[in-house]
Amino acid sequence: MNIVVCIKQVPGTTQVKINPETNTLIREGVESIVNPFDENAIEAALQLRDKHGGKVTVITMGPPQAVNALKDTIALGVDEAILVSDRAFAGSDTWATSYTLASTIKKIGAFDLIICGKQAIDGDTAQVGPGVSEFLKIPQVTFAVGVEINNGVMKVNRLLEDTNEIVEVKLPALITVVKQMNTPRMPSFKGKIKAKSAVIPQWGAKDINAEDNCIGQKGSPTSVVKIFTPPPKGGGEILHGSVDEMVDALVKKLRDRKVC
Amino acid sequence: MDYGFTEEQKMIQELARKIAIEKELPIRAERDETGEFPWEVVKSLAEANLTGIGIEEKYGGIGGGTLEYCITTEELSTVCGGIALAFAATGLGTMPIILFGTDEQKQKYLPDIAAGKKLAAFGLTEANAGSDAGGMQTTAKKDGDYFILNGTKQWITNGGEAGTYSVIAITDRKKGARGASAFILEKDMPGFTFGKKENKMGIRASATRELVFQDCKVHKSQMLGKEGMGFIVAMKTLDRTRPGIAAQAVGIAQGALNEALKYSRQREQFGAKISTFQAVQHMISDMATQVEAARCLVYATARAIDSGSTETSKMSAMCKLFASDTAMKVTTDAVQVFGGYGYMKEYPVEKMMRDAKITQIYEGTNQIQRNVIALELIKEMAAKK
Repeated sequence: MNIVVCIKQVPGTTQVKINPETNTLIREGVESIVNPFDENAIEAALQLRDKHGGKVTVITMGPPQAVNALKDTIALGVDEAILVSDRAFAGSDTWATSYTLASTIKKIGAFDLIICGKQAIDGDTAQVGPGVSEFLKIPQVTFAVGVEINNGVMKVNRLLEDTNEIVEVKLPALITVVKQMNTPRMPSFKGKIKAKSAVIPQWGAKDINAEDNCIGQKGSPTSVVKIFTPPPKGGGEILHGSVDEMVDALVKKLRDRKVC
Repeated sequence: MDYGFTEEQKMIQELARKIAIEKELPIRAERDETGEFPWEVVKSLAEANLTGIGIEEKYGGIGGGTLEYCITTEELSTVCGGIALAFAATGLGTMPIILFGTDEQKQKYLPDIAAGKKLAAFGLTEANAGSDAGGMQTTAKKDGDYFILNGTKQWITNGGEAGTYSVIAITDRKKGARGASAFILEKDMPGFTFGKKENKMGIRASATRELVFQDCKVHKSQMLGKEGMGFIVAMKTLDRTRPGIAAQAVGIAQGALNEALKYSRQREQFGAKISTFQAVQHMISDMATQVEAARCLVYATARAIDSGSTETSKMSAMCKLFASDTAMKVTTDAVQVFGGYGYMKEYPVEKMMRDAKITQIYEGTNQIQRNVIALELIKEMAAKK
């Protein structure tokens, strides 16, 4: 069973800073971590591999220093890692990113399952996983909290807001996972030794046969116009008095605001 | 301070620190109350291969030495000296097998310990045989190819939780110091049961129980070393593992120092942070200096052992003595820096003070350590004549 996991390096949760001119993330001088949901995606992949055999390949699109995040995944027991990095990818939106990752997976070749975190904690769009599945023309199941695979059919337990949904899907497919799915394992000493000498291949736009007008800022149909922090909501008002008085006061307020 | 660790040693330190912060910190206060055994931390240690420290690679370990064992114990103890014992006491219980086990015995027991499937424990102490191990009552009577064990070991760390036990028993009382032997026992052997879990002052997340032997039949192939070598096995083991207790003490002290320093920069009195008061600054300076001195002694001793020095009894005793006295003093001072808040369970320093006390007592009281040091000094002087 060949599993591909897509991960993203994101700024440490408490330090997200936006460049007000370009509306993109400021990465300089900010500690990077692997997107927490992606850690669950890696754990899910490793557990499936340990059970069904096969290979786990982790890919990330990002700047050259993202190689450190990939080395960390080797220390967790991932078999292979590929860095997808090229100046031409700069400024990609979720469409261009999905296209780039899908092109990379096509280049890798045969796969049975693709796993992504449900969303990245910086952009929070939750669009790239589903986008990758569209480009690859395979089914997608989002918000997985459990999976079971039997004879090429995967049963996925989806964690929805107030209910769980069990769906069946034929492989190959893509799932995105939530943090309740598992507890990511510790990196191992033997894995760290392996990671130290691991050579992580770096693929650019040409290596994955990406079309120029589909990548980077040029290939991005959307752009972020403005990022701002919404003003905090005002505090509520608590009415006092007898029930009748409070109801009268409430109705008056609603009428004054033309709500009823 | 850079102690010149190798890249591998730094990796081990990083892994242990990660486990301490991510796995120990969220549960330490609760486990101090409930005493529930920290199996989830053991699982993380196993995933990280740290349960295989000190065990050769051919038996599934990562082949570290005393220094690697001390680095790990120290990091785990910085957050919780009690939880760290699941690791450290396994090191103690495994050491007799590492030092005296045959290849066959090592093949049989070490891989499961290295993989974290089983913990280990060491059974020496008895109700009437503490500092005076010679007062041991547990006997192992020869019966054909077997030895029949009878007696009770007391205050055994990891007791009931561990799967593998190194136990010392009297095989021939008439032979005195040559009359004890060491055996490897397994949990669930007929005739081997456990007493109640002790209710302790500190290190409450660790399990301390009696090992009870009632006509427990042990095959002679389970004997460690030769018959009559029991006290030698015990003494050589303790010489090797005392730096581990010292490392636990350094960790506890460092944890208390970290808390005190952090608190002193938050707490305001007389309109200023208490860290700006010289009285507090001098306390913190003394604490930090003592912790660093203890750490130096622990690392130096561990390195001496790892480089093959055989005369390490004195150093081993010195580092255990100094580090544990330091832990007691530094944790007491940390509570003092916190003032009334330090006495409350809402803050971790009172627990650290309770945890520190045991390091002055177990694996040889500090009074016994002083005896060892003095005897070695006298022997050295006498040998020069």
